[in-house]
Amino acid sequence: MSTDIASSESIGEINKYDFRTESKAFFKARKGVDAEIVNQISEMKNEPEWMRNYRLKALEIFNSKPMPNWGGAIDINFQDIYYYLKPTDKQGKTWDEVPQEIKDTFDKLGIPEAEKKFLSGVKAQFESEVVYGSLKQDLADQGVIFTDTDSAIRDYPDLVREYFGTIIPSTDNKFAALNSAVWSGGSFIYVPKGVKIEFPLQAYFRINAENMGQFERTLIIVDEGASVHYVEGCTAPMYSSESLHSAVVEIICKRGSRCRYTTIQNWANNIYNLVTKRAVAYADATMEWVDGNLGSKLTMKYPAVYMLEPGARGEILSIAFASKGQHQDAGAKLVHCAPHTTGQIISKSISKGGGRSSYRGLVKVEKGAKKSKCNVVCDALILDSKSRSDTYPYIEILEQDVSVGHEASVSRIGEEQMFYLMSRGLSNAEASTMIVNGFIEPLVKELPMEYAVEMNRLIQLQMEGSVG
Amino acid sequence: MSHILRIENLHVAVDGKAILRGVNLEMKFGETHAMMGPNGSGKSTLGLAIAGHPNYVITEGTITLDGEDITEWEADQRARAGIFMAFQRPVAIPGVKTADFLRHAATNVRRPDRKEGEDLIPMREFRKELKAKMSQLKIDTEFARRYVNDGFSGGEMKRAEILTMAMLSPKFSILDETDSGLDADAVKLASASIAEIGRDKMGLLIITHHDKLLEHNPPQFTHVMLGGRIVETGGAELARELHDHGYDRIRKTYPDAEAANQEMLAKEEAVAV
Ligand SMILES: Nc1ncnc2c1ncn2[C@@H]1O[C@H](COP(=O)(O)OP(=O)(O)O)[C@@H](O)[C@H]1O
Ligand SMILES: [Mg+2]
Repeated sequence: MSTDIASSESIGEINKYDFRTESKAFFKARKGVDAEIVNQISEMKNEPEWMRNYRLKALEIFNSKPMPNWGGAIDINFQDIYYYLKPTDKQGKTWDEVPQEIKDTFDKLGIPEAEKKFLSGVKAQFESEVVYGSLKQDLADQGVIFTDTDSAIRDYPDLVREYFGTIIPSTDNKFAALNSAVWSGGSFIYVPKGVKIEFPLQAYFRINAENMGQFERTLIIVDEGASVHYVEGCTAPMYSSESLHSAVVEIICKRGSRCRYTTIQNWANNIYNLVTKRAVAYADATMEWVDGNLGSKLTMKYPAVYMLEPGARGEILSIAFASKGQHQDAGAKLVHCAPHTTGQIISKSISKGGGRSSYRGLVKVEKGAKKSKCNVVCDALILDSKSRSDTYPYIEILEQDVSVGHEASVSRIGEEQMFYLMSRGLSNAEASTMIVNGFIEPLVKELPMEYAVEMNRLIQLQMEGSVG
Repeated sequence: MSHILRIENLHVAVDGKAILRGVNLEMKFGETHAMMGPNGSGKSTLGLAIAGHPNYVITEGTITLDGEDITEWEADQRARAGIFMAFQRPVAIPGVKTADFLRHAATNVRRPDRKEGEDLIPMREFRKELKAKMSQLKIDTEFARRYVNDGFSGGEMKRAEILTMAMLSPKFSILDETDSGLDADAVKLASASIAEIGRDKMGLLIITHHDKLLEHNPPQFTHVMLGGRIVETGGAELARELHDHGYDRIRKTYPDAEAANQEMLAKEEAVAV
């Protein structure tokens, strides 16, 4: 494709990064988490002192915090996990070692060869520089920073330090503390005042094995009047030999800005996916989370928006699909801290084959947040009698002059709907897939086109074979 | 082409309650049959049993299509073999666009042997065909983007059913009160639509109370259902007689069937209370 100066320059930048990782090629921290490991991670990354101290402090907090006593059952031996792997390590794996079922799924999804190898951990670097090169230059010209968080600490230390950990402090919860101690990779985005990025920024563009890792840390700052749509994750099942994924995502939406953060994740069945995501929205800013959770053993994820100033808006759309052996404890959190703030939560969950999905949501309206409005709609679809769905709505309203609505519905696939579709020639499996896709359509149509298509295909895969 | 749909001694029960008690009917490709009869006599039940509704249990008798016994077949298999029913009350499928639904349905029915979920009719080709059929049936193209039967008016639903029929070109079609809830103009349009598809290109079973639809689609055969049985079969003149004079003569002539019909109605009321 293009070998113009602009893109070769940016490739140069990425290579520089590669060089850094390759210089200490075969490092793999031993199992477990303690001060020695945390120090080692910080050292490997050549981090400034403040970050090392931040990590060590977080480790203490992690050790002192109890496990959450709600959500799903968590059975993790923290000392039996690798917390830091160099990408070059993963490169040692061969395609033959990737389990057949993962390969089959890749084939069904039509994932390109290069991407397959990356996703399964065979290749460390996703070959997207060519695509990304010119985009990156475009963004750079506008003053946008889009890099991995490790590089950001090196290249933009003041900016990172100003915001890092301010939205989700290490003290927030046990897993946020763990992430703060051992984090690696993740995205750092800064969008300057008034800059509106027209196309979705995809984690893809700058992906490598390290930041697709277990403990990524993402920080997004959208300055006044700016806007950005960030898309993370990919719909292929993410295969990892480790059993814990615990990310932290912090977002700051300044006055009049807009941020949408879209996630579609499909974890392998052995993974605990325990993620903390939170955004703050200042005056007239809009924050939207679009969050799709498939796979994993247990997902606990409740994207949050704190509306700090008048006119702020928070919207959370969440889809969860729990199949056999899976528990999706997903939901949302909206906190109205100022008058005239508007919140909306739409949650759709599907349970099948003995899977369990729970909606857990908090709406809080602080005293003085007059004329605020909040609406919650959660719909659950249960596909068979083995499966389960629960709703845990928490509502705390400390202000009189507000309007808060909550609707919840639980339904089963209707016999009449099934018969109708089958009488038009659709098989049992096709009919139920179509009904499920219809159920989540209001959310899927919010996704970028290629993700919407993938989402529907994923649902089809999830539905295959086991409909009774 | 010649196809035969044959129903022999059909007994059907719903929730353990006997409804059809020995229905015999033979339809050939290209024929139009009218099925008339008072409320609750079992007309819809016959249609649903032919279409393969799992709750309408065939307890005795057979349904054969071109000599093949389809009594035990699932609804989708029957649809793929060329059986279609336009429902009295089609259900809504929220979130599923009418065009997507029809594309899946048409692909399956036209290519019953293809591997599921793969190789749908190419989008461009399908759109072109759908658009043409919609304009033939005077259906707004915006319809294709709406969710299946979701928030449709009575008339829209019926037209959507006719559109589906046109897209699937079945061998045998059962129209269950497709004219009810339609005004005179809409009935004319529905009839014209059926004519457009071609009455001679399928076997047609028109279930109706009135003769509106039949006026435009004169039947070669008229059947009268009472108490879960076909008690009389005649020509187009029988449909006219029943429309003009009602079912009094039928009820008097077939007291046993009338008693069965009353019994079913009574049970229905008991359930409703
Ligand atoms: N799904 C059902 N559940 C219970 N009873 C039914 C059901 N469908 C039909 N019936 C009963 O079967 C009888 C015939 O109904 P139907 O076939 O709808 O008559 P028609 O179409 O001639 O008005 C009625 O007594 C009705 O109550
Ligand atoms: Mg009826």
